[in-house]
Amino acid sequence: MKDVASKDKVITKELNLFYGVKQILKNVNITIPEKKVTAIIGPSGCGKSTFLRCINRMNELNPASRVEGEILIDGKNIYADGVDPVEVRQKIGMVFQKPNPFPKSIYENIVFGLKIKGLRDKKNNSAILERSLKDSGLWDEVKDRLNDSALSLSGGQQQRLCIARALAIEPEVILMDEPSSALDPASTLKIEELMDELKKQYTIILVTHNMQQAARASDYTGFLYLGELIEFDVTDRIFTKPREQLTENYITGRFG
Amino acid sequence: MTTRGSFQKHKRELEQELVGMGEMVIHAVTRSVDALKNHTIEEAKKIVADDLLINKKRWDMEEKCICLIATQQPVATDLRHLIAVLNIITELERMGDYAAGTANIVIMMGDQPLIKPLIDIPRMTVKSTDMIKRSLEAFMKQDAVSARSICDEDDEVDMLYDQIYHELLTFMIEDPGTITGATYLMWVAHNLERIADRVTNICERIIYLVTGEMEEINVSKY
Repeated sequence: MKDVASKDKVITKELNLFYGVKQILKNVNITIPEKKVTAIIGPSGCGKSTFLRCINRMNELNPASRVEGEILIDGKNIYADGVDPVEVRQKIGMVFQKPNPFPKSIYENIVFGLKIKGLRDKKNNSAILERSLKDSGLWDEVKDRLNDSALSLSGGQQQRLCIARALAIEPEVILMDEPSSALDPASTLKIEELMDELKKQYTIILVTHNMQQAARASDYTGFLYLGELIEFDVTDRIFTKPREQLTENYITGRFG
Repeated sequence: MTTRGSFQKHKRELEQELVGMGEMVIHAVTRSVDALKNHTIEEAKKIVADDLLINKKRWDMEEKCICLIATQQPVATDLRHLIAVLNIITELERMGDYAAGTANIVIMMGDQPLIKPLIDIPRMTVKSTDMIKRSLEAFMKQDAVSARSICDEDDEVDMLYDQIYHELLTFMIEDPGTITGATYLMWVAHNLERIADRVTNICERIIYLVTGEMEEINVSKY
């Protein structure tokens, strides 16, 4: 039902991740298509968030972590020698479980990343601000109060602000780690609607506990269990006729 | 496009496909009776082959409904809509089988001439295919009132069938040599009568979609 023709954007090859001696991810091989929403599902502790954090090299902020294998973005290994993790993170935006705006104005939240990138032209930054807020579906709600504190926004608005903040630095991939688990159903639907819009321009990788959300909002789904990728396929297929019994057991609520 | 918007889009696509499937079935039924009238065996063979396309359409649409139920978690009207589509495509697919059945009768008849000119069978064809068309229009408009009135029209088809049945019976009693030819026509008439019955099943699904109530509207006497 969904369009399956798409270029590969992110490829992991024999990806292993260790925290000290504990192995969290085991030989994960996955090919994530461009400009689609790919959901990663699995029970708590299966390595979903860890997997996501490998894609923008955030795991290495923890000195106990060690990554083996490759992650190719547009064919280039982001773990190769000489690759600057800060540059990687600029190409790969991330949105977290709880909205985490800076305790600054709405305006400052968006242009913060731009300033770090050295972009200080106010006119240009305002244009990026407007575009980012429009793309995140927040512009009409905040355009008259850009100098208000971001903390004055509702939870759902704060989360969309965080998405706008990620969009401002023009990422190619957006990682979303349980982006609506702290939100009410109406705000959750807005985030899902937003993903549907954003995938026209960005590759989205969504980690979620909420299987219904993965089913509704994604084009592809991967099922992780105990650090292993058990199955990866078109979402329609995963939720109607999964190939693996473990996937079937998980999505039908027999465990997890 | 919103996620719910995407569901609504898929729903509209399914509706269009349903109308398309209805047109395929109406065309098959009309062609099968024309083949009978005109003794065109080659056309009858094509109708039998084309029935596979109707069957395929049904499976494709069923798969789409299943995917939407599994991934979009429809409830209330949205759920009843998909359940209605699932049922209606089954009814349409069986109607396609009746058309193929009539075409097979044409093939079986070979060069045997019709025992009488066709009068009521074409009338049944026009009536039953019109009922199919209007039932699908009622589905598109979610019009339970029209659905009920279409069900009432099944009596007209039953009356035509009665008429054909008694007429053919008279032929057979008067001249046992017509038994084979009369039985063929009886089967054709029965196929058309069953098509109208299945239209009433479609109408029951429309009423369920609109009201949420499952009702047996009218029970065919055959």
